[in-house]
Amino acid sequence: MTAFVRNQWYVAAYAREVGREPLGRTLLDEPILLYRTEDGRPVALSDRCVHRRYPLSQAPSRLVGDRIQCGYHGFTYGTDGACTYVPGQQRIPRTARLTAYPVVEQDSFVWVWIGDGEPGDLLPPRAPWLDSPEYTVVSGMEPIDCDYGLLVDNLLDLSHETYLHGGYIGTPEVAETPITTTVDEEAGVVYVSRHMDDAECPPFYANSTGIQGRITRWQDIEYHAPCLYLLHSRVAPVGSPPPNADGTDPQAFHVEVVYAITPSTGKHTYDFWAVARDFALDDQEVTEFLHKNNHTVVMQDVDALNVLQKALDTEKPGYQELSINIDTGGLAARRLLARMAQ
Amino acid sequence: MKAGTVDPDTALHRVHWMPGTDRLLAVCHCGAERAFEDPVPLWDWLLGHPEDHDRPAEGAP
Repeated sequence: MTAFVRNQWYVAAYAREVGREPLGRTLLDEPILLYRTEDGRPVALSDRCVHRRYPLSQAPSRLVGDRIQCGYHGFTYGTDGACTYVPGQQRIPRTARLTAYPVVEQDSFVWVWIGDGEPGDLLPPRAPWLDSPEYTVVSGMEPIDCDYGLLVDNLLDLSHETYLHGGYIGTPEVAETPITTTVDEEAGVVYVSRHMDDAECPPFYANSTGIQGRITRWQDIEYHAPCLYLLHSRVAPVGSPPPNADGTDPQAFHVEVVYAITPSTGKHTYDFWAVARDFALDDQEVTEFLHKNNHTVVMQDVDALNVLQKALDTEKPGYQELSINIDTGGLAARRLLARMAQ
Repeated sequence: MKAGTVDPDTALHRVHWMPGTDRLLAVCHCGAERAFEDPVPLWDWLLGHPEDHDRPAEGAP
């Protein structure tokens, strides 16, 4: 099993999921209750009443103002986790307190700090396209019954697009084009770049951009271990000029693919996926097309990883794998995660 | 930092898939280079810095 990396920020939910109805999520084996105060502030508390461990996210538990009341015996807690009411007596036991988790709402995500201490000045990594008027976003979340390391492996090696996602985002050139891998150990970031100068345009991009013919296709991955994965995808007709020195790039279409990879338990992972585009911003047809097709692609990965985890569960301890050049980025990520987990 | 680029001032490990070959060129932040045909020993060597990082690259361009 891929070891959990504690003392890090993890995406617990989309901001839109967290409201005045209690929401339960399990992050790194810790059950967490999410809700918003009446003035809109997100709150993350342990999702187990200290009395008999009833889940506070489950009905008939409910919010009373900004406080959460356990649906079993009525224990009630404030946003700081302190118990404010116990049934039938005046004295509130000193140990009647829920763990309160640091929370940050950023880039359409609700991030929760999972660790033994406080995050201090450390903020979650950014995915600004998800909350920018210059981009249109489609997104979703799919749970996968697998070790989160399998999803990291999957996303760090995009050559699988050619086979698992053929006809959607995969074309022969993806698996055939060499990659460059860079690791910034101090920052905990793995970069994988694949630049295809002359590639077939997959239906996914042909139908959304209107490009006819072959394309220049760049895939630049940034994996901010352990949780945030960014894929900067640049697509332009072959022969288009490269980006300008000032970073502007008016001849190309840009898609920012964002995954938040949040371990739930050892064999359960939340796969938050979002795709932001800088073209056809108001075209509802393109939005629907991209949502449907991205969801299909995500489900192809989900189905494959569910199958893979089941197969791995039948392997004897110490089973062998074979790694080749395409795995350079995935291996870098595995080693980075192992070091961070120590 | 611009999206998709790497800050040039940080200590980085780089691996280049050598064009037209099946070989990988590992470049340590200390400047040591070595070519490999398997990414597993490549990362052993690269992340083992500074051990065995003073020899010239084998097969480096």
